Amino acid sequence: MNDALRGKAWVFGNNVDTDQIIPAKYLVTMDNDELAKHAFENAIPEFACSVKKGDIVVAGRNFGCGSSREHAPRALMGAGVSCVIAESFARIFFRNAINIGLPVIEAKLASKPGDVVTVKLKEGRARNETTGEDAEFVGYPPFVMMLIQKGGLVPYTKEVLGCRR
Amino acid sequence: MAKTIAEKILSAKSKKDVRAGEIIEASVDYVMVNDITGPAAFDEFDALCSPILREKVVLIPDHYVPNKDVASAKQAKKMRDFAKRHKIQNYYEVGCGGVCHQLMIEQGFVAPGRLIVGADSHTCSYGALGAFATGIGSTEAATVFARGVLWFKVPESLKFVVNGKLGKHVSGKDVILTIIGDIGVEGARYASMEVEGSSIASLPLADRITISNMGIEAGAKACIVPPDRKVDEYLKGRVKGRYKQVFADEDATYSEVREYDGADIVSLVAKPFLPSNVAPASEVDVEIDQAYLGSCTNGRIEDLRIAAKIMKGKKVRKGVRMLVVPATKEVFDLAVKEGLVKVFSDAGAYVSGPTCGACLGGYMGVLAPGEKCVSSTNRNFVGRMGDKDSEVYLASPAVVAASAIKGRITDPSEVSR
Repeated sequence: MNDALRGKAWVFGNNVDTDQIIPAKYLVTMDNDELAKHAFENAIPEFACSVKKGDIVVAGRNFGCGSSREHAPRALMGAGVSCVIAESFARIFFRNAINIGLPVIEAKLASKPGDVVTVKLKEGRARNETTGEDAEFVGYPPFVMMLIQKGGLVPYTKEVLGCRR
Repeated sequence: MAKTIAEKILSAKSKKDVRAGEIIEASVDYVMVNDITGPAAFDEFDALCSPILREKVVLIPDHYVPNKDVASAKQAKKMRDFAKRHKIQNYYEVGCGGVCHQLMIEQGFVAPGRLIVGADSHTCSYGALGAFATGIGSTEAATVFARGVLWFKVPESLKFVVNGKLGKHVSGKDVILTIIGDIGVEGARYASMEVEGSSIASLPLADRITISNMGIEAGAKACIVPPDRKVDEYLKGRVKGRYKQVFADEDATYSEVREYDGADIVSLVAKPFLPSNVAPASEVDVEIDQAYLGSCTNGRIEDLRIAAKIMKGKKVRKGVRMLVVPATKEVFDLAVKEGLVKVFSDAGAYVSGPTCGACLGGYMGVLAPGEKCVSSTNRNFVGRMGDKDSEVYLASPAVVAASAIKGRITDPSEVSR
């Protein structure tokens, strides 16, 4: 996982649900790039064609509520989103993101669409470079940090199982 | 020290004395995936170069089967092939199964004290039988196929006590909508809900499943009803293996306890676009285009009986279409046997075999721009059942049936005394 991230902010409110992130009618593929074409299709129709690699999603409370679809963080990854900053996350979205290696951090960072945002994961610091506002966040619990350092749940499980492939 | 139900089950399954806040690895009894979350899990599993714990794995195609298009046909085939390749007995072909959560319960996978995970957010339904059950992602499901264990943060618990006699048409759906309306869609985020009291004890198991099913709509990790005799009776001759009921200690720690008077609960609807946006059905004046009865939330035989009783001898209002989708083959067969299918069909409703299709805007009942649907399902997010400019009003089977007859959202007492 890249420690220092920088991108343009896409700003959302509270309770962004997984049907907004990726509508269910597109859950017929697990191809991240294909899913990315429909990310936020109803909420922000221009998102899929305007998002740039490295961009950062900044949201309010309970981001990713609703379905357990791993397609949601995968669609964001496919779109090039480098990180999601939210005041809080729905638990399944949070786990899915960690498990597939999409950084998700709990912080409140006032942002407007298009502001430049940077995140330093190890330092636990997010910054809105456009306004100069900083936000600190609490690091992950040790077990979760270990998962991230190993590259997610699959590499960890391989290690436990003694899989060399 | 005293424990909640969640702490007790997770302690037993991790063979440690655990408390809320700890992160543990615990042994899972069953892991379920469906046809949209399964395919990703199969790819991840194959990368693990591990034998499969086939007794623990349950594969249920339900979301887009019968196949809605070529892409979904490929996903269903991938599940069928995976089951065959790994000799998984717990695979339920179209015509033999149905909506995953109702099927998991019917087939006896769910029992008190068990730890069950499923790659579907409504896995929390099984809490109604006193299990700790929670939704997970595809990648983690794959690791459970191989190891039979998963990491969990032991959740804090919130207690909801509902006492008193519930009104005639008031159901489990109205109880859970009352709670979600009170605490909001993140009111139980990451927590385990325990729902109890004399009102809950008086409800049939079917209604309790509805309550646990929608715990996720308040953000809950699990939503558990303390088990009782009704659970034992249901499981007799049905359950796989043995089980033991688990209860919270009297002085267990809850981060919050909320009490409700059952007599105050009325028939509700959750208006667009959040399940917490509730109002009494009698106060919502909205004309509808579609009425939907089905899903893991309210597609059980008890739900169909309630709707059929209201609709018997009546017609679905001209200009409205009603869809009735029994959750499983077992429910479908009973509905035929009891004459419920005839009641719905005579009323002008469309009755189909089991599928999740319309609930998530997939197929078999997708809404056009501007259309409004009263639905016995669980989510009313923007575009949930179709176009982004369509609207979903969540309600009980009784409200759905009454509304179908009247052509607008209707309190059941208006059409049935």
